[in-house]
Order: sequence, then structure tokens, then C-alpha cells
Amino acid sequence: MTNATIEIEIDGKKLDVEPGSMVIEAADEAGIPIPRFCYHKKLSVAANCRMCLVEVEKVGKPLPACATPVTAGMKVFTQSEKARIAQRSVMEFLLINHPLDCPICDQGGECELQDLSMGYGQDITRFSEGKRSVANEDMGPLVATEMTRCIQCTRCVRFGEEISGVRELGTLGRGEHLWIGTYIKQSLTSEISANIIDLCPVGALTSKPFQFTARAWELTQHPSIAPHDCLGSNLFIHSRKQEVMRVVPRENEKINETWLSDRDRFSYLGIHSHKRLTKPLVKISGEWQEVEWDIALRTVVAKISGVLDLYEPSQLAALISPNSTIEEMYLLQKILRKLGSNNIDHRLHQSDFSDQDDQVLMPTLTGMTLEEMEEQETILIFGSHLNHEQPLAAVRVRKAIQQGAQVFSINAMDYDFAFDLAGKIIENPTSLPTTLASLIQEVANITAQSLPEFFTASFSGKNPSETIKRLAKRLVDTKRNSLLLGELAQNHPNASTIRTLSQLLSTLIPLKLAFLTFGANSAGAWMAGVLPHRQAAGQTISTPGLTIHDALEKKLKAYILFGIEPGKDLAFSSQALAAFSEAETLIAFTSFSDRVLMERAHVILPISVFAETSGTFINVAGTWQTFRGAVTPRGEIRPGWKVLRALANFFGFDEDFRYTSSEMIRDELQQLTPASPSSSHPQTLSLHANFSPAAGMVSRIIAWPLYQTDSLVRHAEALQATPLHESPRLHLNQKTADKFALSAGEMAQVNRKEIILPVHIDASIPDDCVYIPAGFEETAGLSVPFGEILLEKASA
Amino acid sequence: MISKLKYYLKTILLVELFQGLWLTGKYFFSKKVTLQFPEENTPTSPRFRGLLALRRYPNGEERCIACKLCEAVCPALAITIEAEPRKSDGQRRTTSYEIDLFKCIYCGFCEESCPVDSIVVTKNMHYHFEERGQQIMTKEKLLAIGDKYEAQIAADKTLDEPYR
Repeated sequence: MTNATIEIEIDGKKLDVEPGSMVIEAADEAGIPIPRFCYHKKLSVAANCRMCLVEVEKVGKPLPACATPVTAGMKVFTQSEKARIAQRSVMEFLLINHPLDCPICDQGGECELQDLSMGYGQDITRFSEGKRSVANEDMGPLVATEMTRCIQCTRCVRFGEEISGVRELGTLGRGEHLWIGTYIKQSLTSEISANIIDLCPVGALTSKPFQFTARAWELTQHPSIAPHDCLGSNLFIHSRKQEVMRVVPRENEKINETWLSDRDRFSYLGIHSHKRLTKPLVKISGEWQEVEWDIALRTVVAKISGVLDLYEPSQLAALISPNSTIEEMYLLQKILRKLGSNNIDHRLHQSDFSDQDDQVLMPTLTGMTLEEMEEQETILIFGSHLNHEQPLAAVRVRKAIQQGAQVFSINAMDYDFAFDLAGKIIENPTSLPTTLASLIQEVANITAQSLPEFFTASFSGKNPSETIKRLAKRLVDTKRNSLLLGELAQNHPNASTIRTLSQLLSTLIPLKLAFLTFGANSAGAWMAGVLPHRQAAGQTISTPGLTIHDALEKKLKAYILFGIEPGKDLAFSSQALAAFSEAETLIAFTSFSDRVLMERAHVILPISVFAETSGTFINVAGTWQTFRGAVTPRGEIRPGWKVLRALANFFGFDEDFRYTSSEMIRDELQQLTPASPSSSHPQTLSLHANFSPAAGMVSRIIAWPLYQTDSLVRHAEALQATPLHESPRLHLNQKTADKFALSAGEMAQVNRKEIILPVHIDASIPDDCVYIPAGFEETAGLSVPFGEILLEKASA
Repeated sequence: MISKLKYYLKTILLVELFQGLWLTGKYFFSKKVTLQFPEENTPTSPRFRGLLALRRYPNGEERCIACKLCEAVCPALAITIEAEPRKSDGQRRTTSYEIDLFKCIYCGFCEESCPVDSIVVTKNMHYHFEERGQQIMTKEKLLAIGDKYEAQIAADKTLDEPYR
């Protein structure tokens, strides 16, 4: 510690504290309890509840500990007569208007006011006047309100202003009539809005899906990891009688601080979906039959062996969801490679695989930690709807802005970020690589560096726009820069070019590349070797298998799907549907009943979801996070790794599959030495694919909406009811709509009736682009993830 | 010598027999304490802790609000409650309220903990079970008991009111 600490005394205990910190921080550090309501360590100091009044020596009146900076030699008394009287009086004031409805309040049993009133409250009230009541507001399907209980601590208001950046709640009125509300009746629209449930010290804001179903004292707490975004937020699963009742954040400064995104918090609702499959199913002469596990696994072995007897092993392919645990991934690739096939992939959304051999061991933040993201001076968000893809990374970026950073965005859609951008470029996705190239050119010009041959050959002559010039200047001027490559950048048909250009840029200036990957375990998937060209721990393969695109396009004889709903999870969904219709064998490991799987699969094996299995995720910072199952799955559902291990045994691979716990699988993987490219980027950069931007066509932009990302989220009904849920529509701007004589609400057909969708006029889309979301059955038939499409008015 | 004489007199005159007969005779004519059960009952205190019941408000609305305090306080873990917002109006209500009377030790803590006087122990002690499973008092059964004895329960609670 460089700064000299100062010495203060709290309750006779001598403490060394940072100058400038508040008394309450010093007390918290030392474990001295001070009651508080409005103070929260992640929010600004409001000092409006006055509960933390303490006595300070030589000061006449009691002072609020949350707003009193420490001074050298200060003597604080938290339990003195004067302090106690002040605290008791404040509590009495708070309880004047707080209703005594603890028995019907969901916060009962975990309420800060209830707890503190046990210590500081009177047993009888001196007020006989009527209590005030406040009209309730409907804040959407996630947060239940009872505003009469509000004690106006304004934590929720400050959260909106300081953390989420969406000012949805505010204080209205004054004095006794002060109330918290949305002012205009509306639902909460922030993707991290439900954090106000945890912030609220009383029962004014509670969880709506959890409403009235359990008490805090009935719940068992299990630490776990969020299974949706690449941050791997830490959370607690609260269960009761082997049922997941709710999910709350688990504090981890390195990852999610004290927050949790709504997707991570409420996806547990999917566990209870009526579409869960609870028994193994085998299709016998066109009819689904519920069977025992051993029969189901024997059928799988028979079917796959049948295909392998007749054809090459390369006629077998496996696809696995990047939300699976590394144990499941490792076992699946091990089985597949034992069977002689390398056709395994997890890159469900991607379409450009040409640079896969040169890619690093696993996509990460390239040495940056999530905490360091806050310290960046210039951040370029490239092809990412950051708030929706990684909600809590957006919180970090927002904090960086508060500390003076400038954030630029180069995107194919004008996304509504919850922070102010210093500059943005919105353009047709086909020209994104060119724009990045013009930025490189500009940076090279400023720093007077020469650019490699391949660059000058392919990209030249584009005049940089004003924003690019500004961005280039800023990037050269500042030292801590980062480039966040989002899903659009990684799923782009020229993703390899984008990657190469980004790496080139990072050689010109200090720049951290951050690959914000899709799914909870994309990094783990690279590590576990669910790739056609690499084995576990990045070991290369002499004869690489087929990538997901080729495996689907070539219509192989047998497919294994793990945790995938083909119509909704794949970029090449229509190719997948065609391939699966013709495949001789389709084995599906799935948690939910899906129409496509029910139609086309031959064996369905019900596997557990995240709360029901143990496993490990590797997050985008490269952290291995192991979790245990919280509840036992219902029916015949079994954890995926157990099913895979049993399947391996049925195949006769007893030798290498003697695992008795998921930890054994993890340890085996961990002991493998990571091979081949683990450095930040390859030595020599080169373009892997010819890049030629198409012109004059209408191109599709694909993205998986916030609450359509995976099967668990899609089955969480409360999330599907939020205003952030998108319905399958065809988004285009007015100009493009006019070009095709389309108007809002009309039905339009794409690619000669591949799909028919209602038109939605959306000003955030650039000209000649159509945004068609994926993740819906309605959009599954479209064969083009990115690129040209034919657009027409639907014939009646 | 004298003691021997006393002994003979006592035995010849049958003194002890008459003493015994006197006692018998006294009870023969005194007021009888035996009750003709089941036609007659012993008097019970209004605080007697017998069969459990769930009460309603006079307008027919069930009192229980699913606060689960009785479930938490029950030392025998005899109470099981499931709750969710009521379909019709979203109020906090139980979907199932079950008491296992084999587990119940009739301590009355549930009644004491109840903030709305919903779960009560009644004076009724005359009940039996004929089949396995009948000891599980469902919400319907408990409400029916409450409805049946509401007058009695209300009277008992009024008597006990000054001491609570």
C-alpha cells in the first residue's frame, strides 16, 4: 500500500483505514455491525435513511456512518447511549408508515427492516394515525411490487442511474408523499433489472415468479455457475424439496460483483417446463416408446454400429451446445474419436471456419481480466449487442465510461446501449471488415507504421469516415485500449478476416482483444476438444473432420445432437433440417421436447440441465469454475456426463471410461498439457479467405435475441413475457421497406417462401439490410444466416 | 394383656368390617362422579388442545394467508404447506395445507404463532382413524372442522382473550 493509512478507533478497536473512505466502510472491513438501509457498497452514498447514525467523539450530533469520511484520530462509537437512541428513533420513524404485513410479505424472514427492527425497534407504536399507502405499479413479469412497503432508501433508483444505465425508477413527490415509481406506466426493460429485488431492503420489490411460493428459511442454498453467457456469473441456487425455487447472485468481485443478469436469474423457470422429457424414448416403427435406459443405450449402440458397419466412420457427426459442461464435451469427443470420426463441433452460430487452424487455444479476453475492463481508456465494440450478449460485461464497460473512457461501436445495427457512445458506425454487415481495415489504415498512417502485404493487396482506397479518424486518433493517444468482438463479429461470414484484422490492429497499438463468445462454455469447448481439427487441450489432428457447416451440408448418415434444438440453435438451420430428415440415424441428447427432434430423431435421451448436474465451465477470462448439482432431476433424467459414460461402456470402451465422478473427468482434462497456439495470436498474419464485399443486395443480419439463446431460456416463461422478448419479425428500415413496397404489419416472404414473417419497421437497421432473428421455429427454414436474401410481399 | 383384650373385642365385634361398610355406605349416598360417556363429558378448559381446525372469516373467506409461521414453529414437523398466488385474485394463499396428526403433539404452538387466528386447536378430542392415510388432515378437512365448530371456537377464544 503506497498511501499512508490513518488510524481511527471504532468502539475502542484501533483500525488502519484508507484516507477518504467512509466510517461504514471501515466498520464493515473490521466486522463491526452498523445498521443501514440506503447504503450499498456498489452504489453511491445517499445518506437518506439515517439508520447508520453513530456517535463521533467531539461532535455534538450523531453522524451518518455512510457519509462521514474518516479523519485521523477519530473515535467512533456505534453502540453508545447516544448512538442507540438515535438509531432507535430512526427505526421508530421508519416504522410509522411501514405496514405490519410481514406474514404476507415475501421478504419476511430475509428482510433487512425486519431483522433490524428486532434489534432497534420498539415493541409498541406511539402513533395512532393512519399509515400512508401507495398505489402499486405493474413492473412486468419479473418484479412484483408492493410500494406501500417502500422506505424510500432509493437503492433501486440509484441502481438504474449508476449501474444498469436505464433510468426506469425515480422518486416522485416529496416529504411524506415521496414515492418510487416508473412515472409512466411501463415494465422494466433493463436486462439486469431484477437486481433491484436483491437491493430492496424491504418487501417492496420482490421476485414475481418466486412470489409466495417459499420462505427463506425453507430453502437450501447451493453455490453454482450461470449457464448462459461467457462470464460464468457466480450464483446460488435455492432449492426446496428437490425443486429449484429461485436463483440469487453469489458475490464474486472478479466476475459478476454482486449482480446477476435477468437471464441467469430466471432461466431456472425452464427446469419446471412441462416440455421436459423425463424418460428415454426410442422410435419403434414410427411411434415413440418410453423405454428403460439400458434399452435406449443399446439402441443407440446398435444404430451407430449399423451405420459404421456400412459406411466410413466419417459419416458420423456430433454437434454439442456450447452451454454443456466440459465434462460432457470431453466425453462426447472422446467417444466420437474412439469411433473413428472427427466430425464434432460446438460452433453452432458461426459460418466462417477458414482460420480455425491458426486460432488460439481458446477464445478469451486475451489476458485481460473482467476487472481490467473497467480500467480501459478506449473500448471499441465490434459487432456486438453487448448489453444483450453479456449483460454484466456491459456493466463493466459502463463503469469504464464513468471513469473517463470513450466507447465506440462498429455494428450492423444501431443497438440501444445503456451507455453513451463516443462514436458509432452502423452499416451493412458486409462492409464491416472494410471499415475495420480503414481504421487500421488510419492508425498506421498516424503512427507511421507499414502494413503487411496481404493488407495492402486486399484493402486499400477506402476513405476513413470522420468517426474512424476520431477513433484512430484516440486509440493511438491512449494506452489501455480494448476491442470487444461480439457475436456478430464471430458469426460473420468473414469472421476470419475480422479476426486477422483485429490481430493486425493489436500489433500496431497496445490493444487487448476480447472474444466475447456465445454460450457459457465456448472456451471450455475449445479446451475439451469439441472441434473437428483439434483434440482436447488443443492437440492438433492430422486429418481434421468436418466443420459444422460441412457436416450439415454433406448430409451424413448419422448425427448425434447434444443439448441442441436444431431449428433454433443452429445458424444453418434449414440445412440441418434437411440433413436430419435424410440421416439414417439421429440421436438426440436433450432436456426438452422439441418438434423437430420429435419428428426426425430416432432415439431421445433425456439429460439434466445446469442445476441438476455437476460440471465445469471455463469462462471468457479462462477461469475453470466447477459446480455441483443442486437438485436431483425428476423421472429418469440423468446428468449428461453419466449418460455419456454409460454409453461408452455400452460401446465396449471400458478401459478409458472408468469415471465415477465428474471431477475425475475434469482432472483428466486438466492434466493434459495445452498444446499448440496458446499465445495471443499467430506469428504471421494472413487472410484465410478471399474477401469481396457484395454490393446492392439485401443482406440478412442474424442474431439470437436475448431470451432465445438456448433451450433453457426459451422455456422460461417469465422471460418470454418481458418487453425484451422479441417475436419473430422481419426488421428493416423505412427506406428498404419502400424499396420492396412493404409496410409495417404486412407479411413478407423471404427466399421464395422459405419463411414468411410480419414486417416490422425498425430505424436501427441500416439500408438494404434485414434483421431476422434466429432462435424461433418460424425462422428456422431460412437457409442464409448472413448474406443475400430475396425479399417479397407474401402472396395471399 | 390389655392389648390382647382389645384385639379380641375388635375381631368379635367386627369393627373394621363396619368401618369399611361405613365408607361404602357413604359413597353409596354421596353425589356420583362417574359420567355416562359418551352421553356425558367431563368439563374441559377453553384452552384445551385437541383436534386442529382452520377457521374462516365471517364472510366465508379462509383466514390462512400462507405465512408459514406454523410450519416453521411446529416442533414435530407435522405441518406441510404449499403456497402460490391465488389464481382468481393473486392473493397469497395456500394450495395445500396438511397436518399429519400422527406426528402432531398438540403443543398448540401453531395456534400461538398464527397472526390471523387461522389454525386453532379445538376442544374436540373424540376422533379416530380407521385407515392408513386418514391421519393426514388436508386443508378441506381442517376447514370443515373449523366450519363445524366455529361457534365453539369463537366462544373459547373470547374467553381466553383477556389472557393473551
